[in-house]
Amino acid sequence: MQEKRQRPSLLLTDGNYLLYGDWTTAYLKQWLDLQPSLAARPKELQLITKAMDTNGAMAFLHIFGDQPSHWPKGLTATQKQLLDLVLKERETTIPEPARLNWLADIGFRVSQFSGHGAQLLSFIGQLFTALYTLLCNPRQFKFKLFLDVIQRDGLHAVPIIALLAFLLGAVVAWQGGLQLKTYGANVFIVELVALTHLRELGPLITAILVAGRSGSAYAAQLATMNINQEILALRSLGQNPFDWLILPKLLGLVIALPLLTLLADLAGLLGGSLVAHLQLEISPTLFWQRLSKEVSISHFFIGMIKAPVFAIIIVSVGCMQGMLARGGADAVGVRTTRSVVQAIFLVIIIDAIFSVIFSDAGW
Amino acid sequence: MHTAKTPLVELKNITTQFGSQLVHQNLNLTIERGERLALVGGSGSGKSVLLSEVALLKTPQAGSVTLFGQATAQLSTTKLIQLRKKMGIMFQQGAMFTSLNLLENIMLPLREHQRLPEQFLKELALLKIKLVGLPASAATKLPQELSGGMLKRAAVARALALDPNLLLLDEPTAGLDPASASAFDDLLLELHATLDLTLILVTHDLDSLWRVSNQVAFLGEKQVLCKAPMEELTMHSHPAIKHYFANTRAAGARTRGTGANQG
Repeated sequence: MQEKRQRPSLLLTDGNYLLYGDWTTAYLKQWLDLQPSLAARPKELQLITKAMDTNGAMAFLHIFGDQPSHWPKGLTATQKQLLDLVLKERETTIPEPARLNWLADIGFRVSQFSGHGAQLLSFIGQLFTALYTLLCNPRQFKFKLFLDVIQRDGLHAVPIIALLAFLLGAVVAWQGGLQLKTYGANVFIVELVALTHLRELGPLITAILVAGRSGSAYAAQLATMNINQEILALRSLGQNPFDWLILPKLLGLVIALPLLTLLADLAGLLGGSLVAHLQLEISPTLFWQRLSKEVSISHFFIGMIKAPVFAIIIVSVGCMQGMLARGGADAVGVRTTRSVVQAIFLVIIIDAIFSVIFSDAGW
Repeated sequence: MHTAKTPLVELKNITTQFGSQLVHQNLNLTIERGERLALVGGSGSGKSVLLSEVALLKTPQAGSVTLFGQATAQLSTTKLIQLRKKMGIMFQQGAMFTSLNLLENIMLPLREHQRLPEQFLKELALLKIKLVGLPASAATKLPQELSGGMLKRAAVARALALDPNLLLLDEPTAGLDPASASAFDDLLLELHATLDLTLILVTHDLDSLWRVSNQVAFLGEKQVLCKAPMEELTMHSHPAIKHYFANTRAAGARTRGTGANQG
C-alpha cells in the first residue's frame, strides 16, 4: 500500500483529480512519463506527496512550469521552499565548451606542434647534460636502479624472447626450405637463416618486444609520477630526475638489449637448425659446421651494433612521453600507447637506414 | 518513511583488522537522522576506515552495519546498490574522473540511474553545480583545471547527484585556505538545512568541528570513546580526549566557533 502511494499515479476519485507519489530521484522517469497526461491536465489537481528532493523538484518544475499560480495544490511549506531554491539556482542554458574558429584552430595546432618540437629538443638537451654531468661525476650513478633495469627488463624478458626468436627462426627456415628444396639447394638454408636472423630479424624482434614490454612501462611509470607531482618533488629535493629515472634505464637497456639480441640470435639459429634437420635432412652438425665456414662473423656484428641504438630509442621515447604527460588518468593511457607506437616505428625506420648504409658500404 | 526512532546508521560491535593490526574492536556508534556528526581522533584511529564501512565500500571483520533500518550483511546485491544510491561520499582527494568535465562527472550517476532526456540530465547536473556555489561556467572545465577549493565543491556536487539522504565527507576542509574552509563550512550547513541531509564528516579542522557538527564522536583505543556535542566533549575527563583538545589552537577555534554561532 505504502509502495503504491510512493509511485507516481494520477487518480480520479469523487470528481477530484489526485496526484499521488514522491517527487524523488527514484521516480524521475515515471514523472516525466506522466507529463503528457498531465499536460491536458484537469483544472483542479490535488497533490498527495510526502517527499521531494532537488531532482524531483526539477521534474516538478519541468512539468508544471515556473509560475507558482499554475502549481497544483497540496504542497507543504518545506516543499515550496525547496522549489523556490531550485527555481533560484536553476539554469536552462547549458554552457558549451568554447570552440575556436577554423583559423584560430589552425594557429593553435601549429603552436602546439612547435611546442612539442621544443619539448623534444629540450628533453634531448637535458638528457645530454645529465649524461655529461654523470661522466664528470660517476659516483652519482644510481647503480642499484641500473641493476634493477638489467634484472626486470633484461633477465625477466629472457624466456619470452628466446621462445619467440626460436619460433621465428623455425618459420623462416620452413618457408625458405620449401623453395630451396625445389632447386635441390637444401644446404643453402644455413645462409638463409643465418643472414636474415643475425642481420635483421634477431635485433628487430628483440627491440620490438622490449619496446612493448619495457618502453610502455617506462612511459606509464613516468607519466603517473609526473601527474602525482613526484617528479617535481624530486626536483625540489635538489635531485635531477634524469639521474634517478632515465639514466639508469638508458644505460641498463644499452647493456641488456644487446645481450637479449645475442640470445635471440642463438635461439633463432636453433629453431632454424631444427627445421633444417626435420624438413631438409641437414644434420645439426652439418648446419653448425657450414655456419662457421660460410657465414662471416661480420653479419653477427652488423646485427649487434644496432641493438644499443634501438635501446637508446626505446628508452628516450618512453621516458620522453612519460615526462610530457599532463592531466589525468587519460594522459597515462595516451602517452603509453604513443610511446610503444613511436618506439616501434622509429626502430623499423632506423633499421632500414642501417640496411641501406651497410649494403652501400658492401658489408 | 523513517520514524524518528529508527536511527539512520547503526554500527554494532564493529571489529576491523588490517593484518595483525587491530583498528576497531567492538566499536558501537548510532547516528540519528538529521545529525551533523563529526568523526575525530588521532591519526591512525580508523576514522576514514569507519567512513568507508558506513559507505559499504569495506566490510568489517566482525559486527553489523545497519543503514536506513536495514542490516547490510544479508542484503542482496541489488538492495546494496539501492542503499549506495542513498549515500553520497566525497573522497579526500575529490576522486573526480579526470577524463570527464565537471558536468559529465555529475551526469554519470544520473545517466546510469534512469533513462532521462539528455537536456533534463544536463539541467539536473547544472543545478547541482549551482547548489554547491560554483559558477555555471565551471561546468565545462576538467577537474584538473579547477582550484583546490572548487574541486572540493565539485566533489560534493557529484556526491549530491542522486539526492542522497546521507552525505559522507572525508576531510572536506583539509588543504583549503581559512576563507575557503569557512565558506565550505557554510555550504555544508546550508545544504544540511535545505536538503534534509544527514552529514558524517571526518575532520581535523577544529573550526569545522565547532561550526558544522552538532555531535562529535571521538575515536580512540579502538572504540568510540565518547559521542557528544562539542561543548560536552571538551569537558570530558578522558586523557586522550583532553590531550586532543588541550592546545592553543583548540582554544582559538572555540572562541571563533562560538562567536560565529552567536553571530
